[in-house]
Amino acid sequence: MDFSVAFSAAREALPYMLGGVVWTVGLIVGAMLLGLLLGVPLAVIQVYGPWPARRLVGVHVWVFRGVPILVQMYIFYFGLLSWLSQLPLFAGLGLDSPFVAAVLVLGLTSSAYQSQIFRGAIQSLHAGQLKAARALGMTDRAAIRSIILPQALRLAIPAWSNEYSILLKDSALAFSIGVVEIMARMRSVASATHEPVSMTFLAGIIFFALTWVGVKALSLLERKVRIAGYTRQGAA
Amino acid sequence: MSMTNVSVPVLEGRSLGKTLGGNRVLDGVSVSLPKGCVKVLIGPSGAGKSTLLQCLNFLMPPDSGSIWLAGREVNGKSRRELCSLRQQVGMIFQDFNLFDHLSALENVRVALMKVKGLSRLDAGERALAELARVGLGDKAALYPANLSGGQKQRVAIARALAMDPKVMLLDEPTSALDPELIGEVLAVIRDLAQNGMTMIVATHQISFSASLADEFLFMDKGRVVEQGSPAELLGRGSASRTQAFCAKISELTGETEAECRV
Ligand SMILES: Nc1ncnc2c1ncn2[C@@H]1O[C@H](COP(=O)(O)OP(=O)(O)OP(=O)(O)O)[C@@H](O)[C@H]1O
Ligand SMILES: [Mg+2]
Repeated sequence: MDFSVAFSAAREALPYMLGGVVWTVGLIVGAMLLGLLLGVPLAVIQVYGPWPARRLVGVHVWVFRGVPILVQMYIFYFGLLSWLSQLPLFAGLGLDSPFVAAVLVLGLTSSAYQSQIFRGAIQSLHAGQLKAARALGMTDRAAIRSIILPQALRLAIPAWSNEYSILLKDSALAFSIGVVEIMARMRSVASATHEPVSMTFLAGIIFFALTWVGVKALSLLERKVRIAGYTRQGAA
Repeated sequence: MSMTNVSVPVLEGRSLGKTLGGNRVLDGVSVSLPKGCVKVLIGPSGAGKSTLLQCLNFLMPPDSGSIWLAGREVNGKSRRELCSLRQQVGMIFQDFNLFDHLSALENVRVALMKVKGLSRLDAGERALAELARVGLGDKAALYPANLSGGQKQRVAIARALAMDPKVMLLDEPTSALDPELIGEVLAVIRDLAQNGMTMIVATHQISFSASLADEFLFMDKGRVVEQGSPAELLGRGSASRTQAFCAKISELTGETEAECRV
């Protein structure tokens, strides 16, 4: 293998490959946020909710953890969403786009995992704090919002950054339904240039860089919201 | 009908019953707290003291019996009534239960904002005044992790006082403290009592409570088995169970028999 050829091919392909970063970042930001927005209330329900609601959340978690992401993407893209987008109510909303399907699948799956992260964080808090909040006359809703969640979310950041790196890798599966993210572009450049090894390598480097940036940013966030003298041990 | 009648207790529990895990933890306990009185709850571990205190503000709803606040029965099911009851009944816990992510000031301020609806500024001002009252005006910015046990408990007291409670329930407020830190918390409690706060305290600090209490309630197995003034129960020649119990814990804590007698 001629390294200089491989290298110049990779350099030529770089701008096109980096164009995929926009889609990959869009996928994970969308999915992380959807997962957060759903995961937090799901966790609260699982800890404090009545049993029928807890049971429903349990089913949600099992389904989205249990069904492979690729299978979900096919079901959502070729099945559910293409059917929904034909209904007059949803027409013209772009529900039949592969990007929407991929964000939904990644976000819903992440919500299942994130809910378990937040549930663990909530349960690691000393129950006395909720008691004290109630004893002051706070409603459960206010206590959860201003006492429980601010602590649980802080405690969840390390696990959250783990979830980010997993999601980043899962996002590569979106190429299978036609999102032109990094992986999809890697495959098309590889076959056009007959340089599969260098293109694969390049894609790997880009994914690694994205992981590094995200994990670093989250550990900065963790440090920024840290409370004096407060550790996980202190909270348990 | 006037609710300010002095003969109406500030807070009253009537024939409270509670079963937990098949245990009859409270077996028909009645307790009445007239305005300005200090009652002390003693008894062996597992007697039901914490359960009784938590039933009084519905942190644990009693299975039977009723709670009366200023002569009106409190229905434990209405959220609004619960909220108003709990604002009027301050509670202090053995292990402080400060909010770990909030500074001392924020600990006191948060319920003023969320429950009483005060502005951040007004709440902060009030919180600072309460912290100063318990001698912690200069510790307002510190987080619980950086406070000593005695300071934490005083923050917890300031937090409860900020809600303008009419009565305070204190559940072993000094039991989690190192011996050298107990005094500063007892001083605050004594101060409260002398300023006329109505309260009921579960404690093992016998000589301290004997000097403060209007009445001792001795609990065992979910019942109040003896009840009377410290002089009656602990006085010379008394053969009460309270006296025997106090002598035993005084021995353990190093208080002398004489200190225990009043
Ligand atoms: N959730 C529960 N399930 C079953 N039993 C319980 C529960 N909570 C408390 N108990 C039991 O109720 C009894 C009374 O408990 P409580 O905490 O009121 O006692 P206490 O007088 O405060 O004791 P201590 O001096 O140790 O604080 C104990 O026997 C305890 O084991
Ligand atoms: Mg107790």
